[in-house]
Amino acid sequence: MVRVDGNGNSSLIQVRGLDKKYQRGSEEIHVLQGLNLDVEKGEFVAFMGPSGSGKTTLLNLLGGVDVPTAGSITVAGDEITHMSRSKLTNWRARHVGFVFQVFNLIPVLTAYQNVELPLLLTKLSKAERKKHVETALAVVGLTDRIHHYPRQLSGGQEQRVAIARAIVSDPTFLLCDEPTGDLDRKSADEVMNLIQRLVAEYGKTVLMVTHDPLVAKRAHTTLHLEKGALVEAARKEVGAS
Amino acid sequence: MKFLPFIFANLFRKKIRTVLTVGSFAVALFLFGLLFVVRGAFTGGVDIAGADRLVTINRTSIIQPLPLSYRDRLLKIPGVKQVTFANWFGGVYQDERNFFPQFAVDTDTMHQMFPELVISDDQWRAFVADREGAVVGENTAKRFGWKIGDRIPIRGTFIPGIWEFNIRAIYHGTRPADDTTQFWFHWRYFDERKPFGKGAVGWYTIRIDNPDRAVEIIKTIDQEFANSPWETKTDTEKAFAASWVKQFGNIQFLILTIGGVVFFTLLLVTGNTMAIAVRERIGELAVLKAIGYSDGFVLRLILAESLMVAAVGGVLGMLLAKLFTLAGDPTRGLLPFFYLPASAIVAGMVTALAVGIIAGMLPAVSAMRLRVVDALRRV
Repeated sequence: MVRVDGNGNSSLIQVRGLDKKYQRGSEEIHVLQGLNLDVEKGEFVAFMGPSGSGKTTLLNLLGGVDVPTAGSITVAGDEITHMSRSKLTNWRARHVGFVFQVFNLIPVLTAYQNVELPLLLTKLSKAERKKHVETALAVVGLTDRIHHYPRQLSGGQEQRVAIARAIVSDPTFLLCDEPTGDLDRKSADEVMNLIQRLVAEYGKTVLMVTHDPLVAKRAHTTLHLEKGALVEAARKEVGAS
Repeated sequence: MKFLPFIFANLFRKKIRTVLTVGSFAVALFLFGLLFVVRGAFTGGVDIAGADRLVTINRTSIIQPLPLSYRDRLLKIPGVKQVTFANWFGGVYQDERNFFPQFAVDTDTMHQMFPELVISDDQWRAFVADREGAVVGENTAKRFGWKIGDRIPIRGTFIPGIWEFNIRAIYHGTRPADDTTQFWFHWRYFDERKPFGKGAVGWYTIRIDNPDRAVEIIKTIDQEFANSPWETKTDTEKAFAASWVKQFGNIQFLILTIGGVVFFTLLLVTGNTMAIAVRERIGELAVLKAIGYSDGFVLRLILAESLMVAAVGGVLGMLLAKLFTLAGDPTRGLLPFFYLPASAIVAGMVTALAVGIIAGMLPAVSAMRLRVVDALRRV
C-alpha cells in the first residue's frame, strides 16, 4: 500500500513533511514542500513529473545521498535524516540498491567485479562473494557475460549488470533513476521485465523515477510530483501485468 | 588485499599515462641513485677514514714537501703509535685518460698502517723484496687486465722518464667504499731516481693510541715543527679527506639542489596526473560512495594508486641505478668509490613514496570531499 497523505503507519518507508530548498545565486528554489509518503514492503512505485519537479531530488533524499531542509525519512525503523555522513554511508550499504540512468558501471572492471563491489564492504569470504555474485548475475540473465567488460556489453546488458550490482547485497529497497532513459524500447522492456520480476518473485521494494508513461505503467502505483508534493495518479492491483 | 585488483584496474585504465608516470619516477630515481653514487665517490673517503689516523702535510700546501727526518721526531710525540709516509707520483700509463693514483710508499710501515686493505703475506714479501715491485688495487688490476708478474711502464710527469714496475701484489678492500684503484711502489726507489728534492716526503700518516686525544696530539705535532722552514698542518684523516673534497666545490649542495629540482618537478607531474585521473572518474567515485564506500576509503584508494605508481617507478629507477653501478666506474678511474649503498636505495624509496603521498594528497582530499549528489549531477 502506498499513501501520500501522511496517515500511514508501520510502512517500510515513511516520509513526513519533507522540505528541500536550494539556493541558486540569490534565488531560493523550494523543490519539495511538506511531502508525505508511505511505502510498504514489496511495493513498486513510479514517480513522474516534469523536469525540475524534484523527482531525482526525492530519490536522492530517500537514498540518503542528500539531506532534506526539513522533515523526516524513516526506513525500516531507522530515521535517516539526522544520521551523520559516515552512518549514512553504512546505512546505504545495507539498505539501498541504486540503479542509474547511465548505468555507472566501472569501465575497468568486469561484470563480475562490478557486481562484487558492494560485497567487498562486507565480511563475506571470497567463496561466499562468488556465490552471491553468480546468483545476482543469474537473476538478471547474464551468467554468460560474467567476465565481460562494460564496453563489451550492450546498453541493456549494462543496465542488467547495474541491477545485479544493486541487488547483490539484498538491500531493503531499490532506487531506480530513469533506468530505461538511455535504452531502446526492446532493451527498456527487458529491463522493466526484470524489475517487475524482482518485485513479483523476490519481493523487492522498488521506487523508480521515469518520464516514460509506458514504463510507469509497469509500477503498482504511479505518483506525480506537483508543486513539491506527491499526488497519486494511477494504481493497479498487485499482480496485474 | 581484496581491493588490490581494483587499484590495479584503475591504474591500467590509461596505460600510456600510467607507463609515462611510472617512467618519470623511474628516471628521477635513477638520477637520484646516480647523484648518490657521485656524492659517495667524492665523500666516500671521508666516511670510511680511520678515526685513529692523522695526516700531516706542509703548512703551505700539500704540494710542498716535508723532510724525512720528521718521521723520527713524530714517533717521539706522546700518543703517536706509528708513522708512515708517501709521495704523489702522477705518472701516465699509456694514455692520460688511463688515470689511477700512484704513490711512492714506505714499505716498512705502509701495510700495517692500512690493515683494511688486504694483501696476502706472500705477495707483500715479494713486493718488499723487489726494488721495482708494485702493489696495485684490484679495481685497477681488473681494469687493465694486470696479473702478478706483469711489467708495467709508467711515464713520469713532473719527474720525466719511463718507470718500469713489476706487479708483485694485488690488494683488496674489506668494505665496499675502500679505494682499490691505487698503485704503490717503493719510496726508496722513487727517492733514489728523482733528480731533485731527495729526502723529502709528500705527507705523513700517523696512527695515534687514542682517537679521543686527537685534538691534543694534533696541536703537539704542529707546535713541534712551528717556526721551522717546514711548518706542518695536521688533521684527522677524516678532516683531511673532507678538505680534499671541498676543493671540488660544495658537492653536497649541488647534488641536493639537482635532486630537489628533480623531485619537485616529479611532484608536479604526478600531482597533475592524479588530479586528471580523479577528475575523469568523478561519476565512478560518486557511485562508489552511493553504494556504501566511505569518504575515507575513497581517500585511501586515490593515495594507494599514487603510492603504487611511486613504488613501481621507484623500484625500477633504483634497479637501473644499481645495474648501472655494477657495470663499474664510467669515468675510468676518476671516481674510485662507485657503488650504490643500501642506504641510498632506502633513501630513494622513502623519497619516492613521500612524493607519491604528497602528489596524491590534493586529488585524494578533493575526492574524499566530493558530494554524491553534486557528482552524479555532473555525470
